[in-house]
Amino acid sequence: MITEHTESPEPYGAPVSRAGAGSKIELQTVTKIFGDGPMAKLVVEECSFTLEPGQVTVMVGPSGCGKSCIAFLIAGYERPTKGKIVLDGKAVGGPSWDRLVVFQESALLPWLTTYENIMFGPKARGFNKKEAQDRATGLLERVGLRDFRDKYPPQLSGGMQRRAELARALINDPKVMILDEPFRGLDHMTRGLMQEYCGTLFEEASRTTLFITTDIDEAIFLADRLLIMSSLPTRVHDVIEVDLPRPRVRQEVLLDPHANQIKERALGILHEEALKAFAGGSKASADFIDAYMKRREGPEA
Amino acid sequence: MKRKMAGGSALLRGIIGTALFIGLWQVGTSLDSWTGVSLPIVAQLPPPSSVLDAFLPLIRSHGFWSSAYLSFVRVFWGFMAAMVIGIPFGLLMAVNRTAKAICFPVFEILRPIPPLAWVPAAIIFWPAPELSITFVTFLGAFFTVVINTVGGAEQIDRRFLLAAQSMGADKRTIFRRVLLPATLPSIATGAVVGMGITWQVVVAAEMISGGGQGATTGGGGGLGFLIWNSYLGGAIPKVVVGMIVLGVLGYASSTIVRIMSTKLMPWNRAI
Repeated sequence: MITEHTESPEPYGAPVSRAGAGSKIELQTVTKIFGDGPMAKLVVEECSFTLEPGQVTVMVGPSGCGKSCIAFLIAGYERPTKGKIVLDGKAVGGPSWDRLVVFQESALLPWLTTYENIMFGPKARGFNKKEAQDRATGLLERVGLRDFRDKYPPQLSGGMQRRAELARALINDPKVMILDEPFRGLDHMTRGLMQEYCGTLFEEASRTTLFITTDIDEAIFLADRLLIMSSLPTRVHDVIEVDLPRPRVRQEVLLDPHANQIKERALGILHEEALKAFAGGSKASADFIDAYMKRREGPEA
Repeated sequence: MKRKMAGGSALLRGIIGTALFIGLWQVGTSLDSWTGVSLPIVAQLPPPSSVLDAFLPLIRSHGFWSSAYLSFVRVFWGFMAAMVIGIPFGLLMAVNRTAKAICFPVFEILRPIPPLAWVPAAIIFWPAPELSITFVTFLGAFFTVVINTVGGAEQIDRRFLLAAQSMGADKRTIFRRVLLPATLPSIATGAVVGMGITWQVVVAAEMISGGGQGATTGGGGGLGFLIWNSYLGGAIPKVVVGMIVLGVLGYASSTIVRIMSTKLMPWNRAI
């Protein structure tokens, strides 16, 4: 992938506007229905949005509103019932390493060491070359896991596991990275540190990123744009540009008056949607998972 | 260091437990001659001392060793065949829906049949009695190995498969580097349980079938046959010796299987 890097590679010299470099993903009136007949469940309804090249788009919405479903659609695990998903002008097919997903909780393979986990992608595609090995070593260094190269995932702390997972995704140099609530389950302190870490990572290299979260502070700190999602069936309720200068410092963003204006506005919408989701029964998320599992029996996904 | 100490004290406790058991057994069987009070059931057992008396000449006899060896060989081949056929079969049913739809009903009908119910049929099927006993031993482990393999493979965390797909792994890579290692712990459990069952089955099969080749050539006929013959001859201490030897061999073989499975899964030791 050739991108025109308009910014200096130096982490703290990045300009505010980061648009222009990288790949572009468009969802064009995407609808997703699970099952059919009386069992049909409408999860995503005529949802359209764009992930702008090189930008971090953060999706927030009430829990169980089908955000993960959209991540699965972009990744190619699921096909839209109606509508199209377009990557750089071409409709996307099945799962591919140009649209990588970092999952909720850790999905590191427990039987591989940190290094082997990071090398999984290149090795699976037959790129077990010196170049890939050097990159893996470099990434280990960058995520601060050099001394944990040959440890197995259970020997790492929660925060280390998420960093290893980021490295495992980054080595594939995907066009689009999808992070589905990657910090869920971490304690408050570690979560804060991981947000700062991720912020730096996003600022160092511009990559089209979709970040899904339910935490509004996390969303505003990391985002170039916020997508506020409606309750089920999911569509984009509102788009808010987060025009805070970069590099950002988490503590400053938390206190910044403009950031707080954005937060107020987003929370207003979210509250309304959360009430709807609540009234509609918190069954929403359970239904999504049920429908999904029913369609995928047997391990060959 | 700490772990080593824990291992040492575990061994010590094991020895204390065994000694206590033998002591209670001696007291239970000798209570009648000491105090005139006879305990129900326990008093019918030969005391450890007379078992030891029976043990010493027995281990010097050729028949005993060849019996133990025969039983071991039957267990070994039965177990190996169960692993070699059972694991691929289980994996096939786990990854291929068509294969499972075809094989699983037959498998589930055959599974509840106790291995011992197979003995008469096995004697008729197989040309040599040796093969029939090994076959029944094989059945004992086979169903357990298959069920554990299928169950383990189907319980895999779906995110592992999705993540591997997303990183560009094809079906073969996913099978080799994701599905297989994820299933290994269940396969190991199946192997340990299956190993226990083979010992149970081999003894009963030897009793029913009359000991196979060894019985006619004076080779001993296996531990099950040895126990049964000693019982018919009224040599009860010898029966108990046979039981104890079976227990020790069963324990040893399960331990070997367990150690081998730990070696195969280094990540499981990483806590």
